[in-house]
Amino acid sequence: MIRFILLQNRQGKTRLAKYYVPLEDSEKHKVEYEVHRLVVNRDPKYTNFVEFRTHKIIYRRYAGLFFSLCVDITDNELAYLECIHLFVEILDHFFSNVCELDLVFNFHKVYLILDEFILAGELQETSKKAIIERMGELEKLE
Amino acid sequence: MNPFSSGTRLRDMIRSIRACKTAAEERAVVRKECAAIRAAINENDNDYRHRNLAKLMFIHMLGYPTHFGQMECLKLIASPGFPEKRIGYLGLMLLLDERQEVLMLVTNSLKQDLNHTNQYIVGLALCALGNICSAEMARDLAPEVERLLQFRDPNIRKKAALCSIRIIKKVPDLAENFINPATALLREKHHGVLITGVQLCTDLCKISTEALEHIRKKCTDGLVRTLKDLANSPYSPEYDIAGITDPFLHIRLLKLLRVLGEGDADASDSMNDILAQVATKTESNKVAGNAILYECVQTIMSIEDNGGLRVLAINILGRFLSNRDNNIRYVALNMLMRAVTADAQAVQRHRATILECVKDSDASIRKRALELVYVLVNDTNVKPLAKELIDYLEVSDQDFRADLTAKICSIVAKFSPEKIWYIDQMLKVLSEAGNFVKDEVWYALIVVITNASELHGYTVRALYRAFQTSAEQETLVRITVWCIGEYGDMLVHNVGMLDIEDPITVTESDAVDIVEIAINRHASDLTTKAMALVALLKLSSRFPSCSERIREIIVEFKGSFVLELQQRAIEFNAIIAKHQNIRSTLVERMPVLDEATFIGRRAGSLPGAASTQTVPSVSLPNGVAKPVAPLVDLLDLGSDDAPAPSSSGGDFLHDLLGVDLSPASQQSEAGQASKSGNDVLLDLLSIGSPSAQTSSSTVDILSSNSSNKAQVSPLDDLSSVSLSSKSTSNAAPVMDLLDGFAPSAPKENNGPVYPSLTAFESNSLRLTFDFSKQPENPQTTVIQATFTNLTSNTYTDFVFQAAVPKFLQLHLDPASSNTLPADGNGSITQSLKITNSQHGKKSLVMRTRIAYKINGKDTLEEGQVNNFPRDL
Repeated sequence: MIRFILLQNRQGKTRLAKYYVPLEDSEKHKVEYEVHRLVVNRDPKYTNFVEFRTHKIIYRRYAGLFFSLCVDITDNELAYLECIHLFVEILDHFFSNVCELDLVFNFHKVYLILDEFILAGELQETSKKAIIERMGELEKLE
Repeated sequence: MNPFSSGTRLRDMIRSIRACKTAAEERAVVRKECAAIRAAINENDNDYRHRNLAKLMFIHMLGYPTHFGQMECLKLIASPGFPEKRIGYLGLMLLLDERQEVLMLVTNSLKQDLNHTNQYIVGLALCALGNICSAEMARDLAPEVERLLQFRDPNIRKKAALCSIRIIKKVPDLAENFINPATALLREKHHGVLITGVQLCTDLCKISTEALEHIRKKCTDGLVRTLKDLANSPYSPEYDIAGITDPFLHIRLLKLLRVLGEGDADASDSMNDILAQVATKTESNKVAGNAILYECVQTIMSIEDNGGLRVLAINILGRFLSNRDNNIRYVALNMLMRAVTADAQAVQRHRATILECVKDSDASIRKRALELVYVLVNDTNVKPLAKELIDYLEVSDQDFRADLTAKICSIVAKFSPEKIWYIDQMLKVLSEAGNFVKDEVWYALIVVITNASELHGYTVRALYRAFQTSAEQETLVRITVWCIGEYGDMLVHNVGMLDIEDPITVTESDAVDIVEIAINRHASDLTTKAMALVALLKLSSRFPSCSERIREIIVEFKGSFVLELQQRAIEFNAIIAKHQNIRSTLVERMPVLDEATFIGRRAGSLPGAASTQTVPSVSLPNGVAKPVAPLVDLLDLGSDDAPAPSSSGGDFLHDLLGVDLSPASQQSEAGQASKSGNDVLLDLLSIGSPSAQTSSSTVDILSSNSSNKAQVSPLDDLSSVSLSSKSTSNAAPVMDLLDGFAPSAPKENNGPVYPSLTAFESNSLRLTFDFSKQPENPQTTVIQATFTNLTSNTYTDFVFQAAVPKFLQLHLDPASSNTLPADGNGSITQSLKITNSQHGKKSLVMRTRIAYKINGKDTLEEGQVNNFPRDL
């Protein structure tokens, strides 16, 4: 199960934070700080997996943005790595060539996409097309 | 309209925040926006509520407090339109979590929205529920979610399925309601619904065995078929990732099959074919393919044994291990760890590769590999493996050393084929990474060294050499100092030379140099310095020519600001200066420390707390529990345990080593006993307890010794304690005192035997008393109190108090610990000494009061003990 998802830039500014387990605000800030510190200086040749407390962080870097998932120690790391990539592809498709600023100004839409992709810490939909279509329908309602 | 909010749009606010050049500027903008939003909230402004909340979420993301917006979420959720509800639910998920009371207020709105005619609104409600629902909400809304599992729109069905996972995790009792609708989802064709359905079934199986049985019986074949169809499906662009159709679904299906196959031969049998197919046919040049293979291997290793498949699986892992991609190697190591239990032999084949991984530059890989190596070590390969690891220790990163050192020490201790090898390896570790060695480890090393009598000379010489190069390693310094103190003469005279050694010439003053360096080292801590002082005292007797120099070093510490060091310096100085005649006896070698006791004690003590003051007791046939003098205390400063009368010699030795921190008090009246030299010594080291009882207890010890001598010759006694001790007549009583250390010490001096008594028992705690009495002192009873925890909570801050009437005198020794482990998993012991002035006329009576904390909460239990045996 995914415990939380973080999108952070190289400076450590959080662009999206989604928690599927309850944490205090102060605890969240601490987690975000620690995760950023863990992933930001890792050599690109290294594994995309870092142990974090009793869990594991699966992260992937896209340009200046780090996508980090915190998952259970027994979860399939490679699958979550692929999952991050699928999410990025969806964002890229939706914002047509996504950049950090799109995520900043449309953060609420990013959350909406994420809610169509992952729910309760589990994968909800694996088709990029289905999610993009669904987003189209939701946009029409605005 | 509010003058502040005056229509700044979300976009404008973000822009102005981004334009800020300093943190102070940003705070100012945020403060202004927050003020505007508060004002709008106060005015109950409907038009801009969702825009304000959106702003607030952005501000929240920047890390500013936004709790004042929580109620706005609820208002938005209650409003009719989709855009408002969308922001409302988003705010709910971001600003609130399941622990907030406010959340209860939203249950009703959620219920309405779950029944809404607009399926998009139903979707929003399901999403919010799935992400933050609490146990109460789960109970209230489970029927709605259950119904939505059959909703016509697949988007709702998949959301409802994931929502159900959250519900059954919060309230496992509800699981059975979901079994049937969940299995229905497994027949779906829609990938989104299928994958969520599979996930729901997996979680159901984990929570309820009933669900597991049902799904195993009804769905295994169907799932195998689904996986087969999926694996053989033609190219479908919608789900294609790197040439594989929906690897995520593959993985979820394999995982559910694993749960179903575990522990069930039939189910395992029915999935063999498809697993073989997936394992052989899946492309392994992309992450997606490898992810499937990885999951497949996990399933093969977990389900019931099929030799052929396992070979296939291990081969896949072998391929992974030689992959150039670090991620793949990482998962291979991870998986091999689990495969070890199934097929250790196959994993051993990859040992060399795994060992290489320990040296990888990536910490994640190193860590996994080290754990794997640790489980691969056995009697046959321990030597080469330990050598590799120790060699690597020299070049490893600082932050990896702690882990590596701990593992090496553990391997060496567990599998060492002979003592010399153990000592050699430990010395290497100490010289390389002595600062990372845990206390237990070097305690254990000292135990081994004392027991290897033929290696004493070899060890002390090896340490002497190691110290020349690695004096910065604290633990190495301690061990060296200790060994030089004990075996310094062997160092100087090259005693017990082994063939493999190069002879070295060490003068007496060289040996003293080492200890002097150690004591003056800036980095040395209290323990090291205290140990060095003891070593100096010992050397002063072993090397009479250096005695004066040693005294000078010791004298320097008479002015130490650390009480412990000052006290030792003063006492030791007095011994050197005034008590030449007894010094050599005093500083005899340590008796051999009993390995079995040490291991038992280590197993009994709490992990990570070597200084917990547990005194393990050995039950003797007569039912009297006799505490075994703990070894660690000898080496551990500051722990003063409660010895039973027969081991009061232990106290003496504690004092000798300066473990007991009680101040030395001169008592004048203690001249009555026979051996004057010893009396002075006893005084000097202040054995025994406060003033009034001192003289009597001193006599006690000595008289019990003489009675002891009547039965066991002191020399026999002596040799049972310590093989290395020299026998001088002067030494005999001292040695006698030491016999508390040998577990086989004679027990005749325990006096008459009294039955144990359960003094107090409640639902949570039991207290038993064991009695013993010195025959020559019938008035005094020593009670060994043992506390046992009957609950599953650990008690902390445990304090036992007792009160007695005036005709009794009570002396309480410190308890062995103040933490009482759960489930009777260990106990606290404490000894009490009661002197009955009305002995023979009145029997004992006592009030007890026991205070402790459970999870930080104070608890108090009181009782009265009237049923003491009559003649105490």
